[in-house]
Amino acid sequence: MSTAMVQVRNVSLWYGNVVAINDISMSIGPGVTGLLGPNGAGKSTLLHMIAGFLPPSRGEVLVGGQPSWRNPGLFRTVGLVPEHPSVYSFLTGAEFVRATARLHKLPDPDGAARRAIGLVEMTGPQDRKIATYSKGMRQRIKVAAALVHDPEVILLDEPFNGMDPRQRLHLMDLLHSTAASGRTILFSSHILEEVERLSGTIQVMVSGRLAASGDFRAIRRLMTSRPHVFLVRTSDDRLLATALMGRPSVTGVELTPRGVQVRTWTTAPSPGSSPACPGTPASGCAKCCLPTSPWRACSPTSSPPEAPTDPRHR
Amino acid sequence: MSGMVNGTVARITFRATMGRKRALLFAIAPLILIAVAALLRLAHPEMRSWPAHYLGIFGFSVVLPLTALIIGTSVLGAEIDDGSIVHLLATPVRRSAVILTKFAVAVALTMIFVALPALLAALIATGGITRLAAGVFAGALAGSVIYSAFFVTISVLTTRAIGVGLLYLLVWEGLLGNLVSGASELSIGQYSLGVANSIARDPGLNAHLTLTTAIVMGAAVIVATLALAIRALSGFSLRGDAV
Repeated sequence: MSTAMVQVRNVSLWYGNVVAINDISMSIGPGVTGLLGPNGAGKSTLLHMIAGFLPPSRGEVLVGGQPSWRNPGLFRTVGLVPEHPSVYSFLTGAEFVRATARLHKLPDPDGAARRAIGLVEMTGPQDRKIATYSKGMRQRIKVAAALVHDPEVILLDEPFNGMDPRQRLHLMDLLHSTAASGRTILFSSHILEEVERLSGTIQVMVSGRLAASGDFRAIRRLMTSRPHVFLVRTSDDRLLATALMGRPSVTGVELTPRGVQVRTWTTAPSPGSSPACPGTPASGCAKCCLPTSPWRACSPTSSPPEAPTDPRHR
Repeated sequence: MSGMVNGTVARITFRATMGRKRALLFAIAPLILIAVAALLRLAHPEMRSWPAHYLGIFGFSVVLPLTALIIGTSVLGAEIDDGSIVHLLATPVRRSAVILTKFAVAVALTMIFVALPALLAALIATGGITRLAAGVFAGALAGSVIYSAFFVTISVLTTRAIGVGLLYLLVWEGLLGNLVSGASELSIGQYSLGVANSIARDPGLNAHLTLTTAIVMGAAVIVATLALAIRALSGFSLRGDAV
């Protein structure tokens, strides 16, 4: 018997001839799991399928051993924080969470709502209409509504969007402590740092496929031993290209209208180091870092290419 | 019965529907219905035939269906359109309870905004409690129920519910209902008039169906459309960001 509450088995989804999800399998067990990928990778689609809001074209999605499609009873054990910002804005925050508690038929809806609102630190503004809330507050009240019935599985779609750094840290702490009590938490994000801070296990999606799965650090190491592509713009691209080609770490240089496209290959990973960007803007690098995937932007290299310089200006 | 209708859903629906600016529209047509009845009464206090014509044509062909359309597409359709329905559907509430509750709220509001004003207009037009007034009230009550089931269902099936509803009213009930005799058996307006005429017994109402046909066909429409709506809401799906 597997301990994984969420099981995705060979799931594909297509609309007409557009493939949104391409043969994905994963098991999500207790703890926090990050679903990482660029926008449009299919993260929301997958979360919607797990929550039973989309039928897989092929394969099966099981939550607690039951298929999630056409199974609203599932929400007794599942809490969903959708990305869509629209909430019943004519209700106050407290009314919204209390109504959700009643829809779950909880024995003490008011008490459960109070507890959930306290968890997300929304007790102060709870009696204001949701229409007056900031994006971060709306996000938190949605989290409170999703947690009101203390669900076994919590699904969050881009939960940190619109939150300020302090709110972000607070929600991360909350998810950590909820996970520590044995809950299964799956959240999506296109921001590497969020996933890095929050979860040890990640699932990486790119273009509807599962690109990587497992321990964060192991995947990060794999990522850094891949070719990196940088775009460097200077006042003399051709001169820079000549100089770069002489470096052993550079495997290719191409002159493009947008600047010099440099390809480097690093094989020796160093997970701890994280220089922000190879090249320093002060020496003429107007824009650097154009890696192949946005969410891998500025990933560390063990030997970053030297700062581009223009000798004539020295 | 308590399992079929959800009180929390009903309260939220009522507040959402009456809180929108659209709610003002609910009152416009019924107010016109009453005002014109009063004016006609002042202009023709002695004539006997106009009340049935006026209430049958303007009341049952315009005010009742249009107001029922606006209300029926508001109670659930607006929530589906703006996406807030997800918060309701991400709970274990049965989809049948959601549909039946939305339907019940639509029926109640339509009765308040159409059936009561229609009764008032009929009382003014006929100058007292008459068979015509009773018939108009009964017909409007029946129409509130059948139209609500129909329009709530359309709002689940399509995001262009108002357009589809108007098309049904204008083309099917308006045009075909007058040109093709058989079409009246598939017209909610005629079911309502059938109920009204069974009490009023006034040829001015232009009713074509017997009470039995009206009730049987009306009940069939209610059951079939609500079943369809429950089925559609159970398969409610959210598109992701991928396409």
